[in-house]
Amino acid sequence: MRVELNNIRKSFGSVHANDGISMTLESGRVYGLLGQNGAGKSTLMKILAGYQSADSGEIRLNETLTQFDSPAAALRAGIGMLYQDPLDFPPFSVLENFQLGRREGIFLDQKTASRELLALGKRYNFDVDLDERISNLSPGERQQLELIRLLAGGANVLILDEPTTGISSEQKQQLFDSIRKLAREENKTVILVSHKLSEVQELCDHVFVLREGQLAGKSEIPCPMDKLVKLMFAKMPPRSKRPAYKFGQAVLDVRDLHVETYRLRTENLNFSVRAGEVLGLAGLEGSGQDLLIKALAGLLTPKSGEVLLRGEDITRRPFHQRQRAGIAYVASGRLEEGLIADLSLVEHMVLSTEKPGFLVNWERAGEATQDRIAKYQVVGQPASRAKQLSGGNQQRFLFAMLKPALKLILMEHPTRGLDIRSANWIWDLLNKRRDEDTAIIFYSADLDEVIERSDRIAAFSGGVMSRMVNAAETSVDELGHLIGGQQ
Amino acid sequence: MRIPPQLERIWPSMPVIGALLFTSVLLLLFGASPLESYAAMWEGAFGTQAKLLSVIAFWIPLVFSSAGLLLTFKAGLWNIGIEGQIILGSIGASWVALNVDAPSYLLIPLAILASMIAGALWAALTGLLKTRGGVHEIFGGLALNNLAIILTNFLISGPWQPPEGGTFRGTQPFQDGVLLPRFADSRFSPLSLVLLVVAYGLVVLALRNTFWGLKLKALGQNARSAFLLGVSSNREAVIAMMFCGALAGLGGGVRVLSWFDSLRQSISGGIGYLSLLVVMLAQFRLLWVPLIALFFSVVLNGSITLQLRTQLHSSLGGILTGITVLFMLLFGDAKRLGFNTLSEEDDDE
Repeated sequence: MRVELNNIRKSFGSVHANDGISMTLESGRVYGLLGQNGAGKSTLMKILAGYQSADSGEIRLNETLTQFDSPAAALRAGIGMLYQDPLDFPPFSVLENFQLGRREGIFLDQKTASRELLALGKRYNFDVDLDERISNLSPGERQQLELIRLLAGGANVLILDEPTTGISSEQKQQLFDSIRKLAREENKTVILVSHKLSEVQELCDHVFVLREGQLAGKSEIPCPMDKLVKLMFAKMPPRSKRPAYKFGQAVLDVRDLHVETYRLRTENLNFSVRAGEVLGLAGLEGSGQDLLIKALAGLLTPKSGEVLLRGEDITRRPFHQRQRAGIAYVASGRLEEGLIADLSLVEHMVLSTEKPGFLVNWERAGEATQDRIAKYQVVGQPASRAKQLSGGNQQRFLFAMLKPALKLILMEHPTRGLDIRSANWIWDLLNKRRDEDTAIIFYSADLDEVIERSDRIAAFSGGVMSRMVNAAETSVDELGHLIGGQQ
Repeated sequence: MRIPPQLERIWPSMPVIGALLFTSVLLLLFGASPLESYAAMWEGAFGTQAKLLSVIAFWIPLVFSSAGLLLTFKAGLWNIGIEGQIILGSIGASWVALNVDAPSYLLIPLAILASMIAGALWAALTGLLKTRGGVHEIFGGLALNNLAIILTNFLISGPWQPPEGGTFRGTQPFQDGVLLPRFADSRFSPLSLVLLVVAYGLVVLALRNTFWGLKLKALGQNARSAFLLGVSSNREAVIAMMFCGALAGLGGGVRVLSWFDSLRQSISGGIGYLSLLVVMLAQFRLLWVPLIALFFSVVLNGSITLQLRTQLHSSLGGILTGITVLFMLLFGDAKRLGFNTLSEEDDDE
């Protein structure tokens, strides 16, 4: 099916997620859609798959102007999207799950459904065990089932959102073979949303690159890596004008660390961070940097390896013990992880105090809170509840709660949602902590922030941590390659 | 539509008013006069000194367990097991009453202490099942409630059966020295009221002014953030359960030591479940809890007289409380009825 997107626009508040994107996709081809986080890939694909509607612009399928109000409507029109997190029902059996997606009558027709499912499995080389529970399947197998569900539903256009995250390399090869077969033999249109340059090179015929909500460029594949990297990443941001600082001794040593969740595994992590040093982790979201931060914070138990804080082994220490030992963790979700919507700022401040005593002196706590929020420029009163603050003020307040004299600060997206001035202010205060020999490790979706604020940078790609580069000497090209998974 | 602040302050009483109106319509349908019925109920609760004292004597254990539930609800725990904790409190006090021989001034504190410990340990079981075993406190609590009833039946028909032979009715009456001194030949003991005032004051203090109370509040609203702010959720959950169990157990102790004089079958009389309703109805307004508990006590005690006076069955009291609860669920979230409450007003940014 020929798909035409014309001048698609979509805004969330003041953010233009899609700012007039046009592209044409032909049958029988595999297209890559590349871009950093926030470039607008997901928004565009969700519009095409009927999960959200565009503010303006048109979608034409085989020249016919089309509009969907739901994913089901999109699938009826022939467009199916495979999500990173499969939309299946873990407690169900494979057959039950398949039947749920089919249009069944009042009574379930087991025989036809199982015949159909087995036939589809055979056609695309997927092993299908009808009676297995979904929860017992690997992510790759669940993905295959989802793919079958979409194909059985009549999808002619298949959108695959980061399909290789969390699956084994054999399963990846199997998936790629099936995709090629779908395009070449069955004339389907396939769109691969990815941030892995190598995969796009391997599988696709064409590539579209998005940047900041616009189409930055398109190209035939093969094409030189440099060209793609330049399209994906904007120009070099200004370097920070931080005063030179002489790093102290190692605060943190990570040795052969191996962290794993059901989605992703990252291993062979070896590095040290010195007192006063800022280590920035680059990479697209969910590439492994979050696992490292959570393992260092004590929220994920590593499979193996060691974490030493000033020479002391803390690998098995739980979160609260590490907190007392001088590690602070600032999570990315403010009202989910960090603040409590209905509690006042004073109450937060008292909770985060080390030894508050049995009875709370609300008057004194109120004064202390007033001082702290003035210092961190939080617009609010000690009695304000957390949910009454704006997003930026919530973020500043999270920093206001950091204890003095920390050994290590771990941060996820430290200045997300802040304007430049507030971000500078936060980083100034963080940099002052160097005098207390505090080390900082953070990751951010904003590559500019990583380059600007770090001393050293490591990039994550599919769970693999790159070599460390010196932030003052690196280039966008170099980082782009590292983020894209090339060493 | 915005609720004026005056109205918001009396919002918790709306279900009561609604239920009274609704029940009046029901009474009219049955051909009874609502005014006469309510008068009979009033009479049954406040008519004589004995009746009034009975209302208070029933109210005291109800407020004990409600006070305990304030702690667990604050921590976001559904302590359905409160009923079992009351029963265990009764059993603890009964054990002292039946087995210890001491002067009254030692015996009574011992019995009260035993009831608190028994209730706290029973509640700790629910807490540990939750934090160690991953059993939700509702299911753990329900199971332990049943076990507590079975344990009572076993005790009164087995080891603690009266000398004249085992029935399911109860143990033999306790020795006089262990019974709480009662006022004017009623079931009301002033000592239990003193204990209640102290306990309730401590709960209010804990919730308003202690670090522990703040931790419970944080835990109840967002366990994840509370954890990241340094609150050990498992530990606090078990401790909150234990304090609640101790208070409920104390209520159970008061019940065997003054309302009854022995351990009986269905010793709690549903006070635990009733106290869950009291606390939900009050929605953390600390001063409303005793008042709402009093309302329930009045209705339930008053409807006994209602049956004697009119032909209506005493279950009218049950209907009235039941309907109150339904109205509470309906009115509880004012927003759902299309109102903006005052507290939501300043959230618009």
